[in-house]
Amino acid sequence: MNGRLTITVDGRRIEARAGQTILEACQDAGVYVPRLCAHPKLSVYGSCRVCTCLVGGRATAACVQPVQPGMVIENDSDRVLEIRRTIIEMLFVEGNHFCMVCEKSGDCELQALAYRFGITHPRFPYMFPERPIDAGHPELLLDHDRCVLCGRCVRASAELDGKSALGFAGRGLRRRIEADGPRGLAGTDATGDDTIAEVCPVGALLRKGTAYRTPYGRRRYDHEPIGGDIDAPCGEAQEDR
Amino acid sequence: MAVNPLIRHAVERACHACGRDPTRMLDIVRGVQQRLGHVPDEAVDLIARETGAPRPDVAGVVGFYAFFSNRPQGRIVIRLCGDVVDRMHGVERVAEALVEELGVPFGETTPDGLFTLLWTPCIGMSDQAPAALVNDVVVTRLSRDVARQMVGELREHEDPHRFVRTYGDGNNAHPAVRAMVENNVRRAGPVVLADLERGAALARALRMTPAEVIREIKTARLRGRGGAGFPTGMKWEFTRAAAGDRKVLICNADEGEPGTFKDRVILTEHPDLVLEGMTIGAWAIGAQEGILYLRGEYAYLEAFLEQVLEARRRDGLLGRSILGREGFDFDVRIQLGAGAYVCGEETALIASCEGKRGDAKARPPFPAQHGYLGRPTSVNNVETFCCAARIIERGAAWFAGFGTPESAGTKLFSVSGDCHVPGVYELPFGTTLGELLDLAGADEAAAVQVGGPSGRLVAAEGARERRLGYEDLATGGSVMVFGPQRDPLWIVERFLEFFVDESCGVCTPCRVGNVLMHDAVRRVRAGLAGESDLEQLRALATTVGMASRCGLGQSSPNPVLSAMDAFPDHWRRHLHARSEPGLLPTFDVQAALRPAEMLTGRRSEVFPPREEERR
Repeated sequence: MNGRLTITVDGRRIEARAGQTILEACQDAGVYVPRLCAHPKLSVYGSCRVCTCLVGGRATAACVQPVQPGMVIENDSDRVLEIRRTIIEMLFVEGNHFCMVCEKSGDCELQALAYRFGITHPRFPYMFPERPIDAGHPELLLDHDRCVLCGRCVRASAELDGKSALGFAGRGLRRRIEADGPRGLAGTDATGDDTIAEVCPVGALLRKGTAYRTPYGRRRYDHEPIGGDIDAPCGEAQEDR
Repeated sequence: MAVNPLIRHAVERACHACGRDPTRMLDIVRGVQQRLGHVPDEAVDLIARETGAPRPDVAGVVGFYAFFSNRPQGRIVIRLCGDVVDRMHGVERVAEALVEELGVPFGETTPDGLFTLLWTPCIGMSDQAPAALVNDVVVTRLSRDVARQMVGELREHEDPHRFVRTYGDGNNAHPAVRAMVENNVRRAGPVVLADLERGAALARALRMTPAEVIREIKTARLRGRGGAGFPTGMKWEFTRAAAGDRKVLICNADEGEPGTFKDRVILTEHPDLVLEGMTIGAWAIGAQEGILYLRGEYAYLEAFLEQVLEARRRDGLLGRSILGREGFDFDVRIQLGAGAYVCGEETALIASCEGKRGDAKARPPFPAQHGYLGRPTSVNNVETFCCAARIIERGAAWFAGFGTPESAGTKLFSVSGDCHVPGVYELPFGTTLGELLDLAGADEAAAVQVGGPSGRLVAAEGARERRLGYEDLATGGSVMVFGPQRDPLWIVERFLEFFVDESCGVCTPCRVGNVLMHDAVRRVRAGLAGESDLEQLRALATTVGMASRCGLGQSSPNPVLSAMDAFPDHWRRHLHARSEPGLLPTFDVQAALRPAEMLTGRRSEVFPPREEERR
């Protein structure tokens, strides 16, 4: 199963390795597939659905679906972009995302995705949920208002830090990240050196005292759009005539 | 900090009963809940310590299932079924009576700690609505007076069982069941609701090779009866072919689709047929381990089903060396659910069997390769197993002689709502909707929801000739009938409310999208929507259906989309009178100002009501 195979993405033929997901194969070929819950160091989760693409007309999560020989993938069509835009807007209205006062602004993947998709305002009504802040930990801050429930921190704690500091509680719209203990994050063995804040795509899990080390305006997505490091310049990937 | 000895005792007992096995977390938490009436934080800590499970996993289970509670509950928990059919049969009046009688609103516990009053989605009693669960006891055909009388009696003796005085027909009166539930079998067909010679089909299967059994099932063209219609033979073949020597067969008896109650009847009257089918399936795929996942709402059947299992073990039909066949070992345990519709979805059901939250998993890998505890697993519906047993007993040709080319065999339909004869009908696939409606005495049907909330709403007019089957109107069994007095948008709003409550919340489109669709339909009904809102709702519904991770979110937009197609005028009728293209009156300034106006005792000067709004 270590063979190479060919898939077609938006009419372009791409070489892939058997066993790769669509997202990985695209990335290797210089094709950016937007994502939030997927992270190269973490196991596959497939929850945010931002990476949804169409395979043979059927929607599938690029971060979950392994490539198969001859697969024909729609990644950059109007239909796919509309699905992704809708999902990103859903995440904005579901939480309380006030970019103008957020420490993560400029480094935030959700904000950067909104810019990439040209979202100036969501088409859906804001839900303005009431969510508490867990600020009791000396080194970490958990602001549920900004959480997109991607579960990166839950996986990072288990898979990278060897702990189980975080899990999921509730279901449906009341689903939330919950610390391992009734006293919140402070009651867990998580520390500021854990990876849980580092992997957070938004400003939900922050390491205290570090938020403004890089000033606004000089942050990652202030300079290039998200995915800009993956998108190959035109012509680099093999054109299918 | 010293742990409350009561809590310690309850946790130790519950954990001990399950061998401190974290994969039995549902049973452990249920045990603690039963002893303490709730699962306090201290108990969560202790369970985590006893089982070695991470604490968030334990807390996650407590928080996920509707039947578990982190807050103290009354000794008697009344869960009134708030399903759409119950509402059509006056459950709101029953609710009022209960609130009056108990003196607390829904969601609350009486100050004396005796009663907790809750709403619950469909409990599988739509043919005898309004109904409620009182602890594990099913109470049907409720009225105001009966509700009042029930509360009075329970205050006296605190025993819900004593309130049940007359038992239903058939095995509902069995000493291990003793339920007031009625079967309401209106039409017994030749396949599922026919008598069984116990062990005969299994004996035949053992004279065949597993591959021959699978071939027979494929030749019969049996497709899954839960609604999705995946070919059963293929599913078994994939599971058989998967790598791994320990394989698992699960019977999905989490009959949660509102308006469906046929599995309740099968499990009550024909449990041996189900288990016969499971054992044949185990032979076919090479499984040693079987799980019957019984929805928590059907806990009243648990003791009875345990007796049936025990009898089959005694008679050599389960356990080691089944029917004397050396090396064929297979046994079944019952896993009781705890109130979560999404657990009917096979990956969520498997997670639940593993003692986890019923979150749907990402696929691939599929359960046939990587299912229960990582083992190759086949999950099949109760009715599917019945069909499989019959196919082996009577032959593929006999089975395929019923129904249509695409949909072989018979199907059990659960009919409820505005009809004279609600109940279970076993009819060949291909029967027209009109024929079923006539049988059920649905003389005035205006709309029919085929396949439950995840199915389709059709206008009865014009759909009478349509055929029930996978090629046209597919259904896992639920057929809800609505008379002309019911507003289709009201129905859609109720269904979306259900999906909002039941979404596991893992994936964004389902978690958020159902809330947005519900909100949009509510705004349409409130006269706050314009033409463009309908277009946006259709686009949103399409996205949710495409992008959701599991069947729940993939099908929750169906009521919206099908009702838009079937009843366009009903939607138009509600549109805001002043709506024009580009103008979205989604926000009612006047309504938003009302509380402030009341508090200050003044009218708003900034946004004076328009002329036509002044009364």
